[in-house]
Amino acid sequence: MTAIPAGPTIMAPPVAVWETTSAEATRAIGQLLGEACAGGETIALIGPLGAGKTCLVRGLAAGLGAPAEAVTSPTFVLIHEYAGRVPLYHVDLYRLDARDAVNGLGLEEYVDSAGVTVIEWADRAPAVLPGDHLRVAIEHLGGDRRRVTLHPQGARPAALAAQVAARHPGTGGA
Amino acid sequence: MAGADAAVLAEVVRSQVETHARFGGVVPELAGRRHIESIDEVVREALARAGVGVRDLGAVAVTGGPGLIGALLVGVSYGKALAYSLGIPLIPVNHLEGHLSAAWLGAARLAPPFVALVASGGHTNLYHVKERGEPALLGRTLDDAAGEAFDKAAKMLGLGYPGGPVIDRLAREGDPDKAPFPRPYPTCEDLNFSFSGIKTALLYHLRDREAAGRSWHVPDVAAGFQQAIVEVLVAKTLAAAGRAGVRDVVVTGGVAANSQLRALFEARGKDAGITVHIPPLRYCTDNGAMIAAAGARLLQDGRAATLAFEPRADWAIGD
Repeated sequence: MTAIPAGPTIMAPPVAVWETTSAEATRAIGQLLGEACAGGETIALIGPLGAGKTCLVRGLAAGLGAPAEAVTSPTFVLIHEYAGRVPLYHVDLYRLDARDAVNGLGLEEYVDSAGVTVIEWADRAPAVLPGDHLRVAIEHLGGDRRRVTLHPQGARPAALAAQVAARHPGTGGA
Repeated sequence: MAGADAAVLAEVVRSQVETHARFGGVVPELAGRRHIESIDEVVREALARAGVGVRDLGAVAVTGGPGLIGALLVGVSYGKALAYSLGIPLIPVNHLEGHLSAAWLGAARLAPPFVALVASGGHTNLYHVKERGEPALLGRTLDDAAGEAFDKAAKMLGLGYPGGPVIDRLAREGDPDKAPFPRPYPTCEDLNFSFSGIKTALLYHLRDREAAGRSWHVPDVAAGFQQAIVEVLVAKTLAAAGRAGVRDVVVTGGVAANSQLRALFEARGKDAGITVHIPPLRYCTDNGAMIAAAGARLLQDGRAATLAFEPRADWAIGD
C-alpha cells in the first residue's frame, strides 16, 4: 500500500454535515435516516475502509425496524437482505470493478423495488445508481472522529436529507 | 450425496472459482446463471459416480439459505422438481447447519454434543450443537468475518486476493512482536467477535509509519495481524466449550485452513482438556456433502418441507 485512499469526490452540495466522535454517533445518523425512509430509496454510501459504513447501516436498519444487531459486512457475499418495515438491501461493491457491477449484479432489481437499497462503495460503479439517490459520505478525521455528509440527487432524496437534517442539526452545510 | 449414516457415496464440486477469479469473489447474477448451467450436470455426475439411479434416492437435501437469492432459487427449484417427480421428501438445509455437519464427514465422525466455530469469508459463528434439535448460536461477528479481515488486510498490504493463504505464508517468516496489534474484542464474557476495528488499526499502523517516513516489514505485519485474530478465535471458542460443558470442538469454514489457527487450537485445546476436530479441508470450504449430511440428520428428525418452501436470503439459525 502506497497511499491512503483519497476522500470522496463531492458531486452535489451537502445538505447536512456532522462530525461524529464515536461509532454510536455515526449509527445514530443512520437511524434517523432509516426512520425517514418510506421505501424505494437508494443510498450510496461512500468512504474508505474502516470509516464506519457498516456501522451507519446498522443504524439505518434500526430506523427501518430491521434487526440491527444482525447487520454484518456483506463484502463476501455482496448482498445481505433484512426484513423491516420495508426490506433493507445492503449491497457492497468493494470487490467489484465498475463493469462487473453494471453487467453482472442485477442491481436494478433491488433499486427498483419497494425496499431501501444501501450500496457501500457505490463510487466504484456510479452507473448502477438511479438518477434520484442520496449520497452519504463518511471521512476519517483521525482517531474516532468522522465527518458524515449528505448529498442528495433529485427532489425526493433532497426532501429526505432535509428531514434528517431538521431532526439532527449538523455542524455545517447549506 | 450421502447415505442415512452420512457415508459419502460421491462428491462433485463445480467450482465457480474460474468464473469469479477475475472479480475476486462471487457475482450474484453470474452465480445464478452458472448454477442453471451446471446443476443438472452436477447431479447426474454425482449419481453416476455413486453408482445409483435417481429412483434410488430417498430424499433431496438442498441449501435453503442464507445466501444470494438468485443462486438459492436455482437449487431450491431444482430440488423441488426432483422431490416432486420422485415422490420423496424435500429437506431444506441452512448453509450454516451444513457447515456444522462437516463434523460427521471424514474420519472423525464426531457425534454431538460439541461446540463448533464456523469461520469463513462471510461468517464467524460459534454454535452449540446438541444431540437433538436446532444448534444454539453462542456468538458471532458483529461486523466483519474473520476471513474478510484477512482479505482486507492483504489488500491494504498489496498482497492480492484471497488474503488468508498469503498472510498465513508470510506470517511464518515474520515476528508478531515487531508489529503487535490489539486483540480485537477479547473479552470471553461475551462470545461475539468484532474484526472491523483491527482493520482500522492496520490502516492507521501503515499510515502512521508512512507519515513518519518509515517502512514496514510485511511478514512482521502479517504475523502480528494474524496472531491477534487467531488468538481471539481460539480463546472464545474454548471458552464457549467450557461454558457449554462439552469436551469436543469442531473448527470449520475456510479459515480452518490457517496453519497458526490449527496449531494454537491443538495446543490450547490440550491444555484445557478439549479435543479439537478439524474436518478435511474439502468439507470445511463450501461443498455439497455437508448439505447432504445435514439433510440426512434432519430427515431422521422428520424435518421435511412442503413444496411451498421458499429460500430465504437471511435465514438465521439458533438465534
